[in-house]
Formats: sequence, C-alpha cells, structure tokens
Amino acid sequence: MKTDPKQLKTVLVTDCGSTTTKALLFERREDRWHQTFRGEAPTTVEEPVADVTVGARNAFTEVQELSGRTVLSGDSDRPFVVTDSDPSAGIDLYLSTSSAGGGLQMLVAGVVSTITTESAERAALGAGAIVMESISADDGRQEFERIERIRHVKPDIVLVTGGIDCGSTSHVVEMAETLVAASPRPRFGDTLKLPVIYAGNRDAASEVSQILSKIAQVVVVDNVRPELERENLGPAREAIHEFFLTHVMSHSPGYGKLMSWSPVRIMPTPAAVGDIVQAYAAKTGQNVLCVDIGGATTDVFSVFQSRQGTPAFNRTVSANLGMSYSIANVLVEAGSHDIKRWLPFEISDAELSDRLRNKMIRPTSIPQTMEDLWLEQAVCREALRLSLAHHRSLAIGLAGKQERGIADVFRQESDRYELVDLMKLDMAIGSGGVLSHAPSRMQAALMMLEGFGLQGITQLSVDSIFMMPHLGVFASVSPEAAYEVFEHDCLIHLGSAVVPVFPPKFSTGAALAEVLLDGRVIGRVMRDSISRLETASLGQGMLTVRPLHRAIDVGAGAGEENQRIVRLGECGIVCDGRNRPIQPALLGPQRQEAVYEALGLREGKPHV
Amino acid sequence: MSSLFSPGLQASTRVRIRRRRELPLKGDILVQVGDRVHGEQVIARAQLEGELRIVRAAEGLGIIPSELPGLLRVKAQQQVEQGEILAEMRGLWGLFRSTVVSPMAGTVEFVSPSTGHIGVRGAPKVLNLSAYIDGVVALIDDGRAVVIEHEATFVQGIFGVGGERIGTLKLLDVSQDSALTEAHIPSEARGQVLVGGHSPSPAALKKAARAGAVGFVTGSVSGDALHEYLGYDIGIAMTGDEDVPMTVIVTEGFGSISMGERAFAALSAVNGETVSINGATQVRAGALRPEIISRASSAPGARKDHEKGLEIGAQVRCIRVPYFGELGHIVALPHQPALIGTGAKARVLIVKLADGATITVPRANVEILG
Repeated sequence: MKTDPKQLKTVLVTDCGSTTTKALLFERREDRWHQTFRGEAPTTVEEPVADVTVGARNAFTEVQELSGRTVLSGDSDRPFVVTDSDPSAGIDLYLSTSSAGGGLQMLVAGVVSTITTESAERAALGAGAIVMESISADDGRQEFERIERIRHVKPDIVLVTGGIDCGSTSHVVEMAETLVAASPRPRFGDTLKLPVIYAGNRDAASEVSQILSKIAQVVVVDNVRPELERENLGPAREAIHEFFLTHVMSHSPGYGKLMSWSPVRIMPTPAAVGDIVQAYAAKTGQNVLCVDIGGATTDVFSVFQSRQGTPAFNRTVSANLGMSYSIANVLVEAGSHDIKRWLPFEISDAELSDRLRNKMIRPTSIPQTMEDLWLEQAVCREALRLSLAHHRSLAIGLAGKQERGIADVFRQESDRYELVDLMKLDMAIGSGGVLSHAPSRMQAALMMLEGFGLQGITQLSVDSIFMMPHLGVFASVSPEAAYEVFEHDCLIHLGSAVVPVFPPKFSTGAALAEVLLDGRVIGRVMRDSISRLETASLGQGMLTVRPLHRAIDVGAGAGEENQRIVRLGECGIVCDGRNRPIQPALLGPQRQEAVYEALGLREGKPHV
Repeated sequence: MSSLFSPGLQASTRVRIRRRRELPLKGDILVQVGDRVHGEQVIARAQLEGELRIVRAAEGLGIIPSELPGLLRVKAQQQVEQGEILAEMRGLWGLFRSTVVSPMAGTVEFVSPSTGHIGVRGAPKVLNLSAYIDGVVALIDDGRAVVIEHEATFVQGIFGVGGERIGTLKLLDVSQDSALTEAHIPSEARGQVLVGGHSPSPAALKKAARAGAVGFVTGSVSGDALHEYLGYDIGIAMTGDEDVPMTVIVTEGFGSISMGERAFAALSAVNGETVSINGATQVRAGALRPEIISRASSAPGARKDHEKGLEIGAQVRCIRVPYFGELGHIVALPHQPALIGTGAKARVLIVKLADGATITVPRANVEILG
C-alpha cells in the first residue's frame, strides 16, 4: 500500500465503533479530494462472531457494491485489491480508527488533584481515553477506599504521575504502593501484566518502577508536570497510544488481523477526532469548540489560544450524558425543571420521566411527533450545557512562567485560568445524530446556541455524517487531503449567532446592536428577543456587529465593533438578545413558543 | 434516516437455554460435564485475595522511614493477629514506648524503608458460584466457567432492577389491566415471585418486599415508584447490582402499560413452579435483558416459533408516542423513506390496529411480537 500523499488517489477508512463499523471511501478527483461512498455494518467484536474484521469486511462490501469499484480481493490475509495499472480498481491505502469494546479505558493517579492528577487526566483524555477513575493523595478518601475503587475498575492502562521534577518523592512512591495493594487487573489478556505508564517526578522513577514491577509492565516517560506552571503531555500521550496498540488492540478479537491490513497504526476514535479539530483550528487560526453527543457519552473538544499565544487543545468525556442509553441520566443530573424550561409546551414531571426512561430502554426508537422531538432536543440542550461545564473545569491554562519570584516559592498553587472563553469562540461544531440529523438545521443551531449559552459572534456548523474520526486518521498521512474533505464534505455551515452581553439597565425591546453583512445593514439585535436574518446560504461574507451603547459587548470588548469573515449557511444570522445565562422569566412554554415561532420552527415540515 | 427495528423480547413456554456461569478469577469447578444441577447448587469456587491494609508505621512512631527496619517486631510473610505489635520504639532509658499494631489478622506482605509503611494482607475470601438455573452441565472451561443447558419456559423483560433470585412463581389475583395498589399484594409472600398487573404504587412494591417476595414481575412501573423503591433515580440502563430485597422486572416499560399477552400466558403456564429470575439489564452493545426461567421443563405448549422479521402479517407493538403500547399487524412495508410528523424522513411501515384503524409508524418504533 502507498503512504506517500502524492501517490494517493483512493483511500478507504473505517471507524470501528461499539455498535457500527463505518467505512468511507475518499477519492481524489480533478478538482479536489471528495468523500464518495459509505458502507455500514454492525461491529462484530462481541460473541458470537468475536472478530472485528467480519464487520469491517461487511462494510467494505457495501462500499464495493455502492461504488461499483473492485475493492476486495477474496484473500483473507490481504483483503484489498491495491490499485496498480488500472486506476478504476482497488485502493491505495486502508486506514482505521477504533472505539469498539467501550474504547480505551484508563485509570489515572497523581498526588495533588488540581495539579498532577489533572494533568494526567488531560494527557489520558487527549490520547482518546475514557478516564474510569482518578486517584489522588489529596482526594479525601481513606487508603482502603482508594484500593477498593482501583480494584473495582478494570482499566486497559494506568497512568501514574505525581510531583514536579526535583520535588518530594514520598507521595508518589506511596501512590505506587497503593496500586500494588489494589493490584488492578487488565480488562483484556488476563495472562498479561497491567500496562502502567509512569510520568511523574523523575527522581522517583526507579523506585516507583521497582515497586510496580510486581504487578505491572512499567514504562517511564517524561513528567507530565515537570514544573508547577508547565505541562508536558506529549510523551505520556505517545506512550498511551503505544500501549493501546500493543496491549489493548492486539488483544481485542480480530484486531491483530485488522492491524496487519494497514501500514498506518489504528487510532483511538476520539484521538482521531481531536487531531482533525486541531488541524482545522491551526489551518483557520480559529478558536474551535466541537461536541460529539452520542447515545451514551458526550465528547467535547476545544482549541483556544492560551495566554502564551499558542493554541491549547483539550478534550473531555462526559461518560454518562447521552441521548439514548444515558438519556435518563441527563434528567437525573439536570432535573426536570431545567429540561422543561426549553419546551414550548406543558408536560408533567411524571410524563417527562417515563418518556425519557422508555427511550433509555429502547434506544433505537425515534421521535414521531413534534412534541417528542422537542423533548429530545430539550434534553440535548441540557447535555450540552452540562458537558461544556465539565469541559471548562478541566480545560485549564497554566501561566507557564519560567522563573518564580519569592512570593511564588511559598505559594503551592499554580496560576490557573479557564481556557474556554465563549466571547472568543469562533466556531462551534456539532456532531452526533440529534444535531447532525435534526429534521431542520435551525433546530441544530438553536440547540447549540441555547445549550452552550453562546455569546458574541460564533459560527455554527454540524458534521454531515460523522466522518471526523476517518478524517483524523487520514490527516496523519495527508493533512491537506483530510482538510479539503473536512471543509467541503464534512462540515455543513449553518450560519452565525450574534449574542451581545450587556448590563441589565436596558429595557426589554431596546436595540442592542446593529448587524451588517458586507457593509450593508441587515438588522438589529433587540433585548430579550430572538430573530433570524436571512443571508445567502453559500459562500462567505464580512459580518460586522456594532454595539449601540458603550456598555454593550459583542465579542470585541465593551462598546467595540466586532468584525469577522464568516461562512454563510442556511440558518442565516441568528440574533439573540437574551443575556446569558438566560433568565427564567424568558424561558418556559410561552416564551419558547415565541422563540420557535420567530425562527420558523413551529410546524413539522422540512425547513431551515 | 433510520431503518433499525427491535426484534422484540422472547416469551416462550419451551425453549433451550444455555447459561455460562463464570468465576471472576480462576478457581475450582465442582461439577462434571453431564451432571444434572439445580439452581441453588454451588458449582464452582474461587479464593479472592484478602484485603491489603497499609499501616503508616513511621508516621505512627514519629521516625524517619529508614529507621523502621530496626524497630520491627515482625518479619515479611509472618502471620499476625489483630492488635499484634508490628513495630515498637522505646524512648530514653526505655521509659517512653510507642507502638504500631496490626489493624487485622493476616500476613505481613511488605515493609517499605522508603515510605515507612507496613502492608498487612487479610485472609482470602471464598467465593461460591451457584448454578442459578436447573439443567445439565454441557461444557466446562478449565477452572473458569461452567455452561448449563436447560429446556424451560423463558420470558424476557424490558427492564429490571436487582440480581439473581430463585423463588416460586405466584400469579396475583388481579386482572392484567389492573394498576397495582397495596391492597392487591398478599401479606405473606415469602420466597415468591409475584406476577401480574401493572404500574405498582410505591406502597405496593414495599409491601411485597416486606411480605418476603424475592421477585416482582409486572407490565410497567413509573419512574417515581421505582425511585421510591430504590431510594434513588436510575439514570443509565445498566442494572442488576442494586441492593434491594426483591428483584423487580417490567415486561413493557415505564408508565402504565399492561403486560403483553404472550408474556402473561407463558408465565401463567408455570404458576406455582420454581423460577430463576434476574433483573440485570444492559441496553448497550452486548445487550442483556432481565429474564424469568422456569425450573420444570415439562410446561405445556409448543417450542418457540420461527422468529419473524419485519414482514407482512407480523404482529408488532408500537414503542413510542403517539402510539406507545398499541398492538397490530404489519400490512405494508413501503420501500421508500417517508416524511414523518417531525419533518424527518424515515423508513416506515403500515400497521393495522386491533380496532381496524391503520397507522404509519417508523420501523424503528415497533417491536416484533411474532
């Protein structure tokens, strides 16, 4: 197979998910790279098949049938026809991502929860893992409680951190002893030792390795927190990917064969999504927030400029916030009141609870009435709100000072700040069925606008068919090709949201800001109301938002005009004059009915 | 666009069942292939490692960790009793004495001169694995698992709480359409699995548990009643570990829905017999639904019919509003996706209801009954 980007013309990529294996064909045509055909089949990791390649082959077969292109060779060891002299047959490269079997599950341990453990979590999450449990010396639990928790989870990999380099070693050594006491067993391959990565104080590395070697295969990498104000997550993430291949993938049913089919290593699905989000942010110079809301979990990815002026990437997983298997947990965490505030109709708490729990136990059913659809979309807003709050708590920037003053020496806290600033957010990307397949694009826009509580000027888009994992692994071979497809075939630009921030002194109905597109005034944002300004649905334009008072901020500072080149979309410009957080008086059935009316969402027929 | 559909839950009076009973770690298998076993019988056993307690000895004695080895009163691998002195320090002329003692009986596993900790591991615990169902041992997986086969009445629920239980199935003296109140529940139900009605009140569930019932199988339950019974809300469809005295299984869902005819008929056929039940539910990949399995294999009735897919004539149940709970037969399966009430396009089917009305429903919103 070919890996030189210049030689590539046809690339087949699979994402082996927990329930479905999705195969996408990418082809280079005269104008650019395109995503052309798609095949799907149930994932076959579990009994009775217990071989991931069976599902993958079924998905390849669908691509072959739909495209009319000969892709499969009939040889089980080398299943693909590799394009040679006949450019109309075969493929040049096969790639894959995987989250089958529940994805990569990790346990992280550190000394101080807000310092080393938090860095360990960021390293694990950024590598595409689900953090099953975090253990810290200061987590307030008794030793036996920690041991019990560690025993309860069966992680794929453990990441141990603790202490800055040249600092105290005793706490991290104690943490190693706790791990030995608990002796967690790996999820796969029970004859193997548990993979443990040590990324803590380098002075404790040999002692920690010695202690852990009784129960684990230990790899030592650079400290994730060599200094209080500096993080170094790369080496730990690299070690996680290595263990993922050698200890997790290779022991999952059929993955040995799947790995042999590709010259490029299989990536964890969320890591691939993270890579394409980072590539997009780097290419466009934008701050990006991306959410993938699934049936069981919600992943949030962000890239924001740090105070040092460099892009900082973060990923979090809200493990029990989702739209089917965990839909009732959104109810439990948010409460029925917070879900009902987004609905344009009345419903009793009991009815709401029973409907959501019936969705939980029959997760593949779909809404058939507008009320039922609105209910799911109200839950989505709350899942977005809760998962963003979780993300903000972990997406933390560090001052990164190289020198510390006398005052700093006696201060055991680092200079932490929240990286996510919605006023500085340029692009919000939504993925997952409830957003990507909403019957109307405006519904998707409104879910993100209200769920995230967007402010300032934000462009909105959705992933057309969840191809971000495929593009992430494709970008590891050809970043340009992956970006081209991402921009043209993956992202559906919905439009932009304009949400001024203002002090409460303005009266309801007061004009807050003026909106111009390519220099022409197209409308105004009015306090406490929402409206849609129509634009062309394609191309881009210069969006200018002028505050009508010096106290009003539209994303460029109080009283300052904000101007951005934006991608236009079928939702136009959505002007939202409701201050954040939206006051209870502005929510509830009557108010939401007015919002739906203003945006043309009252009837159950296809529209924007 | 969705073309998924739910295959429906099983309810058969005679069906071959295989259950793999697995130890969490390697142990001893106490049966042989071909042995006939009963549900309560212990068929495998394993020893779980004892708990390890870490004693912060250096801290307790007020010394630096490297001084600990010289103050030990025990050695690694030595058996100790609860309260036994592990290390001792005597002060000036032996006048001041401080000690650290073992928090439990066990074995000294390690002494760390770098942290000053002593690890004491308690005695191993014995884990007994029962057969859960009656049947014949069909397969043994060396030291790990036993597969038991059985032919019996088998009914699946849609959701449950509570784990494995064995009891006598007892039909409640109420119609299937009755919403259950405390008055419907007998005062004495020791060892019974109560079956019938729907949407029991919280008081009804609590009374059944108080009366000694080990299981409760009903058509539906409200989220509120379940909350009161458990003491908390269920948010994720992954259950079975709840600490409850009585396993609860619902066959239809949440709200007020009567038990389906097939499930009720299959359960009625084994009224008075011993059944094994499990409320464990896992809706994600590798789906697990709650179950009721009879002990006797001589229940009347035919073996399970050929399982129908989505085909004309198949009996279905609607599983989503506005037709939630309605039963009918498929009369048409249009090939092209159709516009549904939300404005989305979906693969649909046409169902003729019992009252003669025909409705259009997304394929994803029906369950095949047979």
